[in-house]
Amino acid sequence: MKYWRVPLDSEEVEVTQGVVHIIKDRCKGCGYCIEYCPRAVLEFSKEFNKNGYHPPRVRAEGCLNCHYCELLCPEFAIFSTEATAEQAAV
Amino acid sequence: MGSPAVKKEVPVPHPLEDLVRMERIPHIWCSGCGTGSVFTACLTAMKNTGINYDDFAMVSGIGCSGRGAGYINIDSFHTTHGRAIPFATGIKMARPETNVIVFSGDGDLFAIGGNHFIHAARRNMDITVICVNNFIYGMTGGQAAATTPHEAKSSTSMGGNPESPFNLPLLAYAAGATYVARWTMLHSRDLADSIEEAINHKGFSFVEALSPCPINYGRRNKQKPLDTLREYHANTIIKNNADPGELGIDFKQKVILGKFVDIEKPSHDEQYHRLYHETSTKS
Ligand code: SF4
Ligand code: SF4
Ligand code: SF4
Repeated sequence: MKYWRVPLDSEEVEVTQGVVHIIKDRCKGCGYCIEYCPRAVLEFSKEFNKNGYHPPRVRAEGCLNCHYCELLCPEFAIFSTEATAEQAAV
Repeated sequence: MGSPAVKKEVPVPHPLEDLVRMERIPHIWCSGCGTGSVFTACLTAMKNTGINYDDFAMVSGIGCSGRGAGYINIDSFHTTHGRAIPFATGIKMARPETNVIVFSGDGDLFAIGGNHFIHAARRNMDITVICVNNFIYGMTGGQAAATTPHEAKSSTSMGGNPESPFNLPLLAYAAGATYVARWTMLHSRDLADSIEEAINHKGFSFVEALSPCPINYGRRNKQKPLDTLREYHANTIIKNNADPGELGIDFKQKVILGKFVDIEKPSHDEQYHRLYHETSTKS
């Protein structure tokens, strides 16, 4: 998302675009992040991590940077950050 | 830092890494265990208070969730079974400026440690107690606990639990707790906000967090981890300030979540200080 100016309430209202970071080898494959992402941007990957679980991977654009997966994940294995200008423009 | 255009290869650290003993991760909790989610909510809440990490102490008892104290990267104590609250009380009395958080399970806090809970609540001891309630003794093999719902199956009640569980918020309120809330680990944002409020609350705060134990509770009650989360979503209702008497847990009816008690009352260390320090220096 590109702004021609920064919205005045951008501090309160988070309409940011996010980047999901997945630390694959920490994942235990519970699927909670996949099931409850409000934008359904995640899915199980086919690959195994070092402990034999299928970690999530990004299947679609649209991460809101809502941090919900980050809070719900029991393993510190997924989190989101705000997309930088370059990332958001992609 | 790094090149911003590459998505996954940039090694951005997880935002809680400063609070976790990362060398011990992955933790021992089973796949789908909710304890890690409650722990994450707790660490997030601590971070959000803005309080210096050196001004916190975490105390846990025994059990799966009792491992919490071993994973947090601040002053912490992994104590004997059921005795997290007496240790926490000792820390608070010796160092009243410390924010003491008890992170433990239902078995530890309400069965073997039940007496300590009611007396710390009665004294309005200024500590924050977070109870990971998974309805079962997880670590020891899924025996029925004081929180196992009526008719639920456990390794010691294969035909269904004949007993009734504690209504923990009612127990906390009746004993004198001045902040009482209940969420599930699926309501992670509310849970984290509530724990933050509980940490900032002066007096005895109690937050109950319902959490799946897929291995020892889910399996016997024909619930896959995601089924338990669906139940937390479909069979709960948020009702702040609900009458604590209505808060019994029976998933055949809706389970009530929310903040139920938030009252101001002098805490134990304030009273102690007033009676034993202020007066003695005055006389
Ligand atoms: S931050 Fe929110 S939108 Fe983005 S992946 Fe996580 S849950 Fe989905
Ligand atoms: S919630 Fe965490 S552990 Fe579960 S599948 Fe997602 S990344 Fe893996
Ligand atoms: S036995 Fe239950 S409570 Fe213990 S770690 Fe496994 S799922 Fe969690």
